[in-house]
Amino acid sequence: MSAKTTILTLPREELVYPGNRACAGCGLSIAYRIGLKALGPDTILVVPPSCLTVLQGLFPVASTKLPCLNVTFASTAAAATGLLGALKMRGRQHTKVVGWAGDGGTADIGIQALSGAAEREEDFLFMCYDNEGYMNTGVQRSGTTPQGAVTTNTPFKGKQQKKKDVPAIMAAHGIDYVATASAAYPLDLYDKIRKALSLSGTKYIHIHTPCPPGWGFEPRYSIKVGRLAVETGYFDLYEIEQGMLRLTGASEKLVEKRELVPVGDYLRSQSRFRLLSDEQIAEIQAQVDTKWSGYYRAAGQAAAE
Amino acid sequence: MHIIEDGNVAAAMGVKLAGAQVIAAYPITPQTPLTEKLSEFVESGELRAQYIPVESEHSALAACIAAGSAGARAFTATSANGLLYMHEQIQWAAGARLPIVMCVVNRAVGAPWCIWNDHQDSISQRDTGWIQMYACDHQQIIDGVLKAFALAEAVSIPVMVCYDGYLLSHTYMPFEVPEEEKVARFLPPFEPSYALDPESPANLNTVTLPDVRMDVTGEMAHGYMEIRYLLQEDLRAALEVAQEIEDRFKEVFGRGGDALLEPYRCDDAEHIVVGLGSLTYQLRDVVEILRNEGHRVGVLGVRLYRPFPDEALAAALQHAAGVIVIEKAVSYGYEGALCSDLKAALLAHRTDGGRPPAVKGMIAGIGGRDIRTADLTDALRAHITGTPVEGPGWIGLKLYDSFQDEAPPQGTSRASARGRGRERE
Repeated sequence: MSAKTTILTLPREELVYPGNRACAGCGLSIAYRIGLKALGPDTILVVPPSCLTVLQGLFPVASTKLPCLNVTFASTAAAATGLLGALKMRGRQHTKVVGWAGDGGTADIGIQALSGAAEREEDFLFMCYDNEGYMNTGVQRSGTTPQGAVTTNTPFKGKQQKKKDVPAIMAAHGIDYVATASAAYPLDLYDKIRKALSLSGTKYIHIHTPCPPGWGFEPRYSIKVGRLAVETGYFDLYEIEQGMLRLTGASEKLVEKRELVPVGDYLRSQSRFRLLSDEQIAEIQAQVDTKWSGYYRAAGQAAAE
Repeated sequence: MHIIEDGNVAAAMGVKLAGAQVIAAYPITPQTPLTEKLSEFVESGELRAQYIPVESEHSALAACIAAGSAGARAFTATSANGLLYMHEQIQWAAGARLPIVMCVVNRAVGAPWCIWNDHQDSISQRDTGWIQMYACDHQQIIDGVLKAFALAEAVSIPVMVCYDGYLLSHTYMPFEVPEEEKVARFLPPFEPSYALDPESPANLNTVTLPDVRMDVTGEMAHGYMEIRYLLQEDLRAALEVAQEIEDRFKEVFGRGGDALLEPYRCDDAEHIVVGLGSLTYQLRDVVEILRNEGHRVGVLGVRLYRPFPDEALAAALQHAAGVIVIEKAVSYGYEGALCSDLKAALLAHRTDGGRPPAVKGMIAGIGGRDIRTADLTDALRAHITGTPVEGPGWIGLKLYDSFQDEAPPQGTSRASARGRGRERE
């Protein structure tokens, strides 16, 4: 991979206007601003209903300088396909097509079209900003809401089921590039988008996106909460290429340091996990430890080779 | 060139001649041979287009919506439940004012599963803001696809070309293939009013408020209501545009004439039968039989159902004493939708002091039930002569129920009679 982008080498041109309709401390707002810098101006966006629809503004005003096609909830990837077809017929193959959807528009209602497009190996990038629930409609559970999180339709017990592993589902399609990223590590996100754009076929990037009102923390802690998710080993930054998972950035460094912050620090930073008992947090810690002992083993084997 | 082919091939040839650039479709009977043919055209290089074998009908129309938004001529086709699965996208395509053309190969909708022909699928989409054309034979299918693209692009409204599953889609008929150079004259390349382009970015279909709103330059922009009103206004104006396009088609190809209605022996008719699609051609035989018996009967085919040609219909029917509407679809809980539409048109456009003709609605051919010419003739003769008829006016209905023979007591509905029957068992 080419040299890592730094705050000094990041393009100065802004493609998202400030003062848009995102909430204070919105993780998407950060990811979108940096993400569009990585995409560059020769891009057409496809966006289903989500917080991003709101961020982009109300007709006739738009907060984004890129052309954008708003589409129905389930159809982001299919619309991206049609756009690619039209651009090819009009001799505009250089223009990049990017679907940018929330977790509902990706993992739940959008997964059929996304799976179809990935199977057809359509040449586009699909970005999922995962704020782990239907935040735009008032914090309902989604397929990617983590276990134990209180939402407005899991009000008294919290979500009982596990989070759906969408990057693994996308990797199972055999596409060339799957990556996770976090709004709290914008430069890592930037470099992953640049890398994805250099590859052909369907590319998928899953962005962990802290949401102050949905997760229950003060807006000023968005970056802190996002980083805690990574530092505790709860959410991992990685790339999957040719079926091989490789930790990247801050997660990669954790393998070297072997010093995970206790997962309780992350869970206790948000009111959505308020119902979790110490025992339940210990169980989650055990799951995280098991996952990471796998990473350590793999790293040891790689070093031995 | 005169050829003999089936209706689906006629449609595919029309799409090829029209030079569709993006085609997205999902297989469903009886539409499948149409899209198979288009795949052949694209893979063999006969048609330079992108064929997208999507994973659902919802995605098929999504792909067409995006392709149209990026300035490409887009086509899809479906039937029955496939059309219903598109419903959200159908409304979206109309609201986004995209000139997509879709063939609807008419088929009954489930439940229960039924792959045979009726019109419930397309009729159930009549309020979506699409233009709906109904073809009666293969010539109208192939010509109709070309006219549909011309009309859609003239008014920026999507068009459905509806034709009967099996009765037209899978039967062979001779038809004239439009010559390429004439097509080039009739249907120039698609010039979109706006195509998604990074050099002139726009945010399409964004959230729009109930009221009008000022943009950043101080200009007022429409609210949702204005945008939707303009769709309605342009749809109404499309009645005239459709006729202009029909006239232009006739100039170039020497065929066609009336874009809205297709009358047969209506001039002196006392009773006029109204319908959609291939049924209206079958009804011509019935007209001949009844005329031989001395009944002055005619048949009026409605070629354009949406926008509804209310004035033209009222004018064509005002001299008749009676109108009989025979439909292959029901607005469940009331009657056939065409029948309701037609009654409203007759009331709205009645000549001063005149009484509109009496209208009788009948249902036929639901789920592909064979429509026998003899049954049609009997039903129409009975109605015209005022012969009392038992039963609900569904031609060819065969109810087998133990209590069917027994007339329900006065003031008792069939449902309660049914309940009574059960008690006795």
